[in-house]
Amino acid sequence: MVILPLKMQGATAHIRKKRLVGPVDITITADGFTIIMGPNGAGKTTLLRLMHGLQRCSGGLVEWAVPHAKAREKQAYVFQSPIMMRRRVVDSIAYPLRLRGLSASAARATARESAGRFGLEKLLDSWAPMLSGGEKQKLSLARALVIEPDILFLDEPCANLDGRAIREIEAILRDAQAAGTRIVMSTHDMGQARRLAQDVVFMYDGKIHEHTAADAFFTSPTTKEAHAFINGDIVE
Amino acid sequence: MNSISQGFWDAWGLILTFDPDLYEIIFLSLQVTVSAVIIASAIGLPLGAWLAVNRFRFRRYAIAILNALMGLPPVVVGLFVYMLLSRAGPLGGFGLLFSPEAMIIAQVIIITPLIASISHQTLRDLWAEYHDLLISMNATRMQRIRALLWDGRRALLTAMLAGFGRAIGEVGAIMIVGGNIDHATRVLTTAIALETGKGNFAFAMGLGLVLIMLAVIINLLIHALGKTERASTW
Ligand SMILES: Nc1ncnc2c1ncn2[C@@H]1O[C@H](COP(=O)(O)OP(=O)(O)OP(=O)(O)O)[C@@H](O)[C@H]1O
Ligand SMILES: [Mg+2]
Repeated sequence: MVILPLKMQGATAHIRKKRLVGPVDITITADGFTIIMGPNGAGKTTLLRLMHGLQRCSGGLVEWAVPHAKAREKQAYVFQSPIMMRRRVVDSIAYPLRLRGLSASAARATARESAGRFGLEKLLDSWAPMLSGGEKQKLSLARALVIEPDILFLDEPCANLDGRAIREIEAILRDAQAAGTRIVMSTHDMGQARRLAQDVVFMYDGKIHEHTAADAFFTSPTTKEAHAFINGDIVE
Repeated sequence: MNSISQGFWDAWGLILTFDPDLYEIIFLSLQVTVSAVIIASAIGLPLGAWLAVNRFRFRRYAIAILNALMGLPPVVVGLFVYMLLSRAGPLGGFGLLFSPEAMIIAQVIIITPLIASISHQTLRDLWAEYHDLLISMNATRMQRIRALLWDGRRALLTAMLAGFGRAIGEVGAIMIVGGNIDHATRVLTTAIALETGKGNFAFAMGLGLVLIMLAVIINLLIHALGKTERASTW
């Protein structure tokens, strides 16, 4: 069962009468690697939350190919600031499997197996809230991928990482994509966007200003805000 | 001054020689209070978790009532339970007045709001932390509550210990509904009141020492729990 495509039509998010994002029209098809870019406060996080169903839609539609409850089971989300459960690393990675009814020992075995891929094998018995910022990011990613989701949302997953860790994570994301996971990710890192993106969504003031193939976006952006953003100018 | 220090040494003598009268009272106290803590926790912990996770219309009022109940004067609780259990009262038929069960009921009423309120506060904070993650992972309502209760277990134990501390040192309600009957409903606090009145300082002080030691142990345990929370050893 593949839950994609995801279709948003006129989707809007409000908090107490204030418009945060929208109206947004976008379709996320089954293949690809989408990068969301834009200045601080442009609405990247809100757009991701809207797609994932964490942010309530105040208008318009957000539709998956299957009912929402079914679609939810095949999605995973990596938060901008990692949320660590008060458990050991191995149990944190195992938790999504436990929620799906796996026994504690089976879930732990899978968690142990997958930890190596994320450089967490030495930390399996550490207490998750005590990890360093970068280790927390890696744990978040391991926890998200352990369920082999159809789609993975990532909100600036490399914000606290050094160059080497960034390369490792990018490799993991490419592998996940090759294994059939659709990826939608926000980032501020222009180099990373160039390396990973197949298509780019450029957010500005709560709206999608551009949604184009990556090459087109970086070589010939159509709006002046995107142009300024790519050139590293300050976008007002 | 002399009689106080004399009483102090006599008290230690009673404790160290395992004076049967003294230990009967200690055991009854523990029996009553441990039972009350177990029952109050069975009600208060899930109630606290439920209040932390659910958003409903009268939630604010429910919490306000809980906090108000926490401040109930124990003597008034005693009076209330007495009226319930007295022969003419609605539960008079059970013949529970002046029994350990009556004391347990009174203590449960006194500490359930305390345990529910403390667990609500910590679980609410934990829920604020976990909310997005557990929603994102599609955890069911039951799974959310279980995750909170498990990951918040130290705080919940702290709440139970606080309830124990409050119940073991309580005297007013216990006196009214238990009646302080020798070999039946005489517990640490009521015995201290009685023995002091009779001028039997050694015995009263022995009881007092035990009560103080219990309080110290409880506080040490609470402190140790806070430490394992920070060091995250279990
Ligand atoms: N809960 C909220 N209440 C009020 N305003 C909010 C709330 N959440 C977000 N906003 C506002 O919505 C706008 C978009 O925020 P969002 O977090 O989506 O931006 P972003 O593009 O992710 O920014 P950043 O790059 O800094 O992460 C901001 O102006 C923000 O202040
Ligand atoms: Mg953001």
